[in-house]
Order: sequence, then C-alpha cells, then structure tokens
Amino acid sequence: MTYIKKPAVRHPGLEKNALGLTLRDYEGSMSTLCAGCGHDSITAAIIRACHALSIAPHTVAKLSGIGCSSKTPTYFLGGAHGFNSAHGRMPAIATGAGAANRRLLLLGVSGDGDSLSIGLGQMAHAIRRNLRMTYILENNGVYGLTKGQFSASTDLGSKSRRGDPNVVPPIDPVLLALSIGATFVARSFSGDKDQLVPILEAALCHDGLAFVDVISPCVTFNDHEGSTKSYAYVRKHGLPVVHADFVPPADPITLEQEPGTTQIVPLHGGARVRLTKVAQDYDPRDRVRAFAFVQEHLARGEIVTGLLFLDESRPSMHEVMGTVETPLVELPYESLCPGAAALDAITEQWR
Amino acid sequence: MLPTDVSRPDYWHRVVDCQWACPAHTNVPEYIRLIGQGRYADAYLLNRESNVFPGILGRTCDRPCEPACRRGRVEEQPVAICRLKRVAADLKGEIRDRLPRGPFRKNGKRIACVGAGPASLTVANDLLPLGYEVTLFEKLSAPGGLMRSNIPAFRLPESVLDEEIGYILDMGADLRLSTPITSMRRLLEDGGFDAVFVGSGAPRGKDLDAPGRHDSPNVHVGIEWLESVAFGHTTSVGERVLVIGVGNTAMDCCRTARRLGGRDVKVMARRDRPYFKASPWELEDAEEEGVEIVVNHAPREFVVRDGRLQGMLFDRLEWSVDAQGRQRSRTIDTVFFPADDVILAIGQETAFPWIERDIGIAFDASGQPVVDRVTHQSSREGVFFGGDAAWGPLNIIWAVAHGHAAAISIDLHCRGEPLDRRPPQGMRLVSTKMGLHEWSYANDYDASRRQKMVHVDLERRFGDLRLEVEVGFDAAQTAREVARCLNCDVHTVFRASACIECDACIDICPVQCLTIVRDPGDDLQALEARLSAPRAHPDQPLYVSGPLPQTARLMVKDEDVCIHCGLCTERCPTSAWDMQKFDLLQPYAGRPACPT
Repeated sequence: MTYIKKPAVRHPGLEKNALGLTLRDYEGSMSTLCAGCGHDSITAAIIRACHALSIAPHTVAKLSGIGCSSKTPTYFLGGAHGFNSAHGRMPAIATGAGAANRRLLLLGVSGDGDSLSIGLGQMAHAIRRNLRMTYILENNGVYGLTKGQFSASTDLGSKSRRGDPNVVPPIDPVLLALSIGATFVARSFSGDKDQLVPILEAALCHDGLAFVDVISPCVTFNDHEGSTKSYAYVRKHGLPVVHADFVPPADPITLEQEPGTTQIVPLHGGARVRLTKVAQDYDPRDRVRAFAFVQEHLARGEIVTGLLFLDESRPSMHEVMGTVETPLVELPYESLCPGAAALDAITEQWR
Repeated sequence: MLPTDVSRPDYWHRVVDCQWACPAHTNVPEYIRLIGQGRYADAYLLNRESNVFPGILGRTCDRPCEPACRRGRVEEQPVAICRLKRVAADLKGEIRDRLPRGPFRKNGKRIACVGAGPASLTVANDLLPLGYEVTLFEKLSAPGGLMRSNIPAFRLPESVLDEEIGYILDMGADLRLSTPITSMRRLLEDGGFDAVFVGSGAPRGKDLDAPGRHDSPNVHVGIEWLESVAFGHTTSVGERVLVIGVGNTAMDCCRTARRLGGRDVKVMARRDRPYFKASPWELEDAEEEGVEIVVNHAPREFVVRDGRLQGMLFDRLEWSVDAQGRQRSRTIDTVFFPADDVILAIGQETAFPWIERDIGIAFDASGQPVVDRVTHQSSREGVFFGGDAAWGPLNIIWAVAHGHAAAISIDLHCRGEPLDRRPPQGMRLVSTKMGLHEWSYANDYDASRRQKMVHVDLERRFGDLRLEVEVGFDAAQTAREVARCLNCDVHTVFRASACIECDACIDICPVQCLTIVRDPGDDLQALEARLSAPRAHPDQPLYVSGPLPQTARLMVKDEDVCIHCGLCTERCPTSAWDMQKFDLLQPYAGRPACPT
C-alpha cells in the first residue's frame, strides 16, 4: 500500500475515446492490495476495456462480495455505482439490481473464496439464469485476506507457502460453468492483458452472463515454488486455445483468415468477436467438446485459456422472465404500484 | 534488441534534462532539494562547484536548462530553476570559510589570462588552489567583462558581481586593471608565462552600414553605449529612442534608455516574433516597461539634417516562403520613424587586432582563431581560448564551461601530459529507499503552477538606474517552486532478473511510461508502436531491459514524461525497480572525478 495518491497528471498524448475520456478517467482510488497483486492487473484490464468501449462510468454497477478481489471495484470506475455485498452474496444483489434496472451494465467481481466456497450456490444460480452481467472470478487459489489457507480452487498437490500440499480436490470454475449452461465462458491470466482485455470487452457486450475466470496470483501467499497459481507456473502451463479479438460495431472486419480457424460471432449492440483457433481440435461453439477438452488438459496439468465457449442464442434472464425494459425508477408510480384493486384482480386470477 | 547501455554516466545524465542542457552541467535537482531543506549555503556551494557564479547566473543566465526542463513537457511551464538559484545565493549567509583559501603552495607555474570576464575568472578559480600563479589582464577599470559592462545594474547589482568575483580574486589572483594587452607576441616572449588563456570576449559591436550612419553623434553601438552607461560616462538619452535589433543586448539597451530619459522607446525588428533572438522573459520585461516592439521593419537610412539626427527610414517588409522553403522578404513601402537617439544592437563579434598573425596562432577565413573544441588549445601550444573569444558570442554559462575545460588543459599542459588524456566523468547511483514507501526525496507530484517573479513598480524603477527590478522569490514562492521540481536525477533503475511480469508498475504509472513487449529485434518502429502511450519526443531516450526471466519479453521505459513519483517502485513486489539518486561526478583541473 502506497502513501501517496496516484498523481492526477497524465501523459499529454493519451488517447481519448468517443466520450472524450482518457484511460485515467476510468480509474478509482488507490489500491490498498499488496504490491504485485494480480487483482490490480485485472483492475487495469477492466479500466482498459471500459475505456475502449467508451462506457460511461455512471451506467455501470460494480458489485462484489468479500475478499481481496471484492475490494477491487473501489479501484476502478470511480464514477460508477457500487455495492459491496455480504460474503458470497454478490450474485443475488446483481440479480436484484439487474431486475430493477435493465439498462445498468452489471460488472461483478468476486474471488475463489467468495464464489466457490461460501457463494457457490449463488454463483451457480446466476449462471443458470443467464443474468445479463459480466462475472469476473479473480482466482488466486488461496484465502489471502485470512493469511493464506487453501481455497476451493487450490489444485491437488499445490503447496502452501509453508510447503504443505493440498489434499482436497478443487472445483474448476470453468467446468462448473460449462456444466450448468453458461453462455460465455472464458479463462485468462492477470499477467496477459493482450488476451484478457479483448475477452473483457466481449464479455461486457454479451447478452447474458459472461463468466470470466482470471487466474490472478497472490504475490504474498501463493507465488512460491510448488504453487500452481504462481506467475511462473501459469506462464509455463498456460495453454491458449482460442484467441478472441473484439471488433467494435463501427469497425469493418478486414482480415480474412483461413476458413475453419476463424469464427465471427455477433454480440449484443452490433459489436462482434472474432475467435481464432490456436489449438486445431478446439471448437468454442461446441459445449460438449469444450468441456472434454478442458478436462483432458486439466488432467495433464495444463491450464486452458481463451474465450472457451460462446453461445449467443440462449435467452437471458430478462427475456425468460419478461422483465420490463424501463428501469423501475423511471416507471410512473401508478404503473409500479397499481393499487389494491389491481392486486386483487391478480389474486382473483389464480383462485 | 540489445538492452540499453546504462553503465556510463551519459545515459542517466541525459534523463536529467536540466543538467544535461546546462553547459556546466550544474546538478540542478540536488541544489533545488537543498534549497527546499533550507540548506542555502550547501545549495550555493553545489552550484558554485560547476557554475562558479550562482548569484550572477541566478539573475542573468540564458537558462538553457529551463526549455529543457521535463516539467515543461508534463504541464506548460518549466521549473523556475534560474530564480531558485538566486534564492540560494541571496540567503546563503557567509560561505567564505568553505571556499579554498590561500596562500596555496605554489607549483611554480605562471598563467596569463587575457580579459577578466567569466571565462578567465573560471580558469583562475580552478587553477589558483592548485598552486598556479594566475595573472588577469583587464583593459577596463573593473573586472567582470561583459557581466559588468553590458549587463545593466538593474538586472545584476554591482554588489553581487563584486562579491562573486571577489571570492576568486581573494584566492590570490593577480588582477591588472586598465591593462589592455596590445601584443600577443610581447606577452608570449616577455611575459614568462607557462600558458596563456585568451578570454577577451566578443567586444566589438556590429555596425550598420547605412547612409547617414556617421553623420550624427547620436547613433550608438549598443554594447559600447551600455559600457559607457555602466561606467557612468553616459547619463542621459533623448526622449525618442530607436533600438535596432531584437536580441538580449537590444533588450538591455531599450530598458536602460527608459531609465535615462527615453519616453518613446521602440525596438525595431526585421522579422516577426517567432524569429526574435531575445529570451522570451527579457522581451516580456521590456514590454512591461513600455517599450514598443515594431516587427517587420528593416533599417534603410539615417535621416540627419544640419548635423542633427531626425530619425530613420525603414523598409516595411512582408515575409513569405519560396519554393525552396527559404524565407523571402518583399518591401511594401518605406516609412519614417522620428528619433533623438538610435542604438544599434545587431550583434557583436570577436576582435583580435592585438594577436600578430605570424606567431603560430592560426586564424580561419572569417578571422576566428582555430581552436580545438575539446582542449580549447589554439594551433600554438600553450595558448588557449575560451568564452566568446573562442567561437564567437555565446553566454556566461558557456564561458564558465569553457573556463573549466581550458583549466584542465592548462593543468595537463603544465604537467607535460597529453591534452587528450582527459579525466573521464564518473557517476554514483545510490538507492533513495528509506523505509517501506519512504524515500529520501519528496516523490509526490505537486500540481502548483510556476511562481511569478515580483517586480519593483515602474515608477521606482525609472527613478533609479541601479535599482534591481526583480525582487526575488519570497519563502512561500520558494517552497512552492521547489516542490515543482520532478527530481529527475532520482532514476527508476530496473533489474530484469528480479521481474515477475506482474504488470504492477505498468498499471500504476500515472504517465504511461512503461511497457512490456515481445522482443522486436532491431525494429525500433515496431517497438515504438507498442508503447503504452505514443512516443512524443524521440530525442528522449528509451530504457530497454534485457530479457525478462519468465517470458523473455523486454521492459521498456520511455523516459520522456516520467515524473519520478516512484510508484512503479512502490508497487513492485520484487524490488526489480529502485529509485536511485544519480550524481554526475565531473572532473576539474587537478581533481579527477574518480580514480582512474
């Protein structure tokens, strides 16, 4: 944690987006996480993605639970709405916020403790409902805030800082998400922004729940030799299988690639994502094969990364539930609360 | 791509823009920090080490450091380096006991300096403590050269001049006033000197060869006129004054004229503002004093009737660019400006009528002596040139730099060593880390704007020719201005072997200096295209690391707008970055910078 604030002075040549904002306008307050924390790098990637998409900060709701990861929404988009919920309850709050205001861009940040332990049920149901939100799981395989205990995503055999191996099998968030019907599943690494930023851009434009598992080393408790979530280990064992290029709505697609290796998938709002296969036998549109692929490589100790699965055809929660397009706050009181007579009529209907 | 060679002082030195731009390489950030700590005497002495005349230069320097200052690239205005130097000089108190004090053990060598201006005085300053006997021959009745004769007292008080020249004379220099050297041959043959240093300046003002030039006594050559004012020979001027030329001498002339009775003072410029030679701040001061600057007027002839100057005719010019990109002028018409006095300030040049051409000192076609750029030696062994005398008019700080270099040569010459075996520069890089996130310098960015110098009001100014116009910074202004310095000498030093590529430094950098890139081979353009922010100034260095341990990528820093806040270092988990203070160790005569 640093003692000075990040100076407001900026590079004179900094690029401005369609809103006339620079990268610096998407920052929040100074991080209080450990120096070198992967989470800070994810924060920087979120800032880049939101700047590139010219997202107006006040249209975003940042949601989180408890943990190091859940502290990070303070460090980006200072002008956005935010809710720091109870431990593991971020998906519930997000669901409520989304139901109340469909125009809000929901950006949930959680960790392996918040999502895979105490909040596993919450996360699973948000995925199942296909709530329209970006769900970032900052996965460091350790309980950093409570001094380094194994978490639910610690790999078998991965060693604690003291040298003890983990003996309880982990939950793989990507396999879990695929198995319960997620429509956008990605895995990336905090140390690889070239991969992470376009994935986040695509996630923010996805019409449904975009689940992004980001391996994010904990420099203090889980960056040692023997850990499977250290910078060095992830760099060595990471296996990028799909490269995602985000194509903004206005940009023409110029580069024609070999058929069979590239797929263009349209996203919500006119943007597209171009998926380029890195591994020949991988298809990000086939859930069954994707699941098998990730599992096979997991067994070999390889961490499959990229935008692993994308299905834009499934309806989001709003469509399924028929939620109202207008934010509740903008509805006239009479529509929102039609009175006892209307309630009686509804009740009567089901008698 | 090969990592940047940072083993020699030059790389780090260049990042300290002010110090690099200063001909004498004054350690600006360090003395500014000392001022900030109230250590004025220490700041003064650090200055004096390299520039010898901090009080004088704190008022009159051409300030090559300020346009170079990084602050000017981060916001609009550079740090007021020059005026801070004056603060140190004004508040230092007594420092005499910290200067070398004679008598020194004589080494038996005798040096003659022609002229007692800044170059010669610097030579004396460097050689006297080594035991040399230094004799300064000055044609005027007081030492200081152009600093005394050409710079008006309202910019540079005599007391400051006397004090700083006095420090050198008190080391035991033999000053011969009113003693012009009229024959170099005699000096060399009969003087019995082991070396001669020519620091006689550029004492001849350029004349304007126009009709009527010599028909009236009211047409003056600027530097001669200023000298005559400085020594009290001229005490008045007509009400209407035209100053021809728009360099710094012209500014001194017009401002002096305003004090001697000139009411309608005009500076006549051939060209438009962007091409003026005068420093912007001097132009500003002149205009504040009611001097009118008339652009695009070329002098045509002096109008003199019955022996009385009536004024001057000027061609009104229109400038355009021709097909070859050259500036061309066209005369629109001819206009008359009435004047009681005309002062010519169109440049000055060296004059060596006293150097015989058959004594082995070669001159080139333009009449300049042939002088080695490094050693300052002429074609005759043992005869050295420096200051304006060497290559034509420069400024005081260059004269000082020349004096230091020439003193090294003279010392080598007198010890019978080859002049090209010069002691190298050295450097020191020391970590400034004091605690977890504590540094031995103030790393936070201060958004204060440049402090404005307070001037004495106009009425008082015009009542006293010698009243200094600039009041100097007060304590609050000094504190704010000091905090504006970015401490560019505290460098971000990178150790590639420790880097784990967590991106923390890149993410925190407020000015997007840092990038990790895949090795682009020799393709600099590819590297530049991948920088976090566009490379605005390709003359500013890129600091490229060796391959990083995990991915063999390279850490690249564009030094351009780094504000030296140290956040990269504070956010680095492995101490791959460190903030290290750089000291340039400069060699001086008899004092090598580091053991060789």
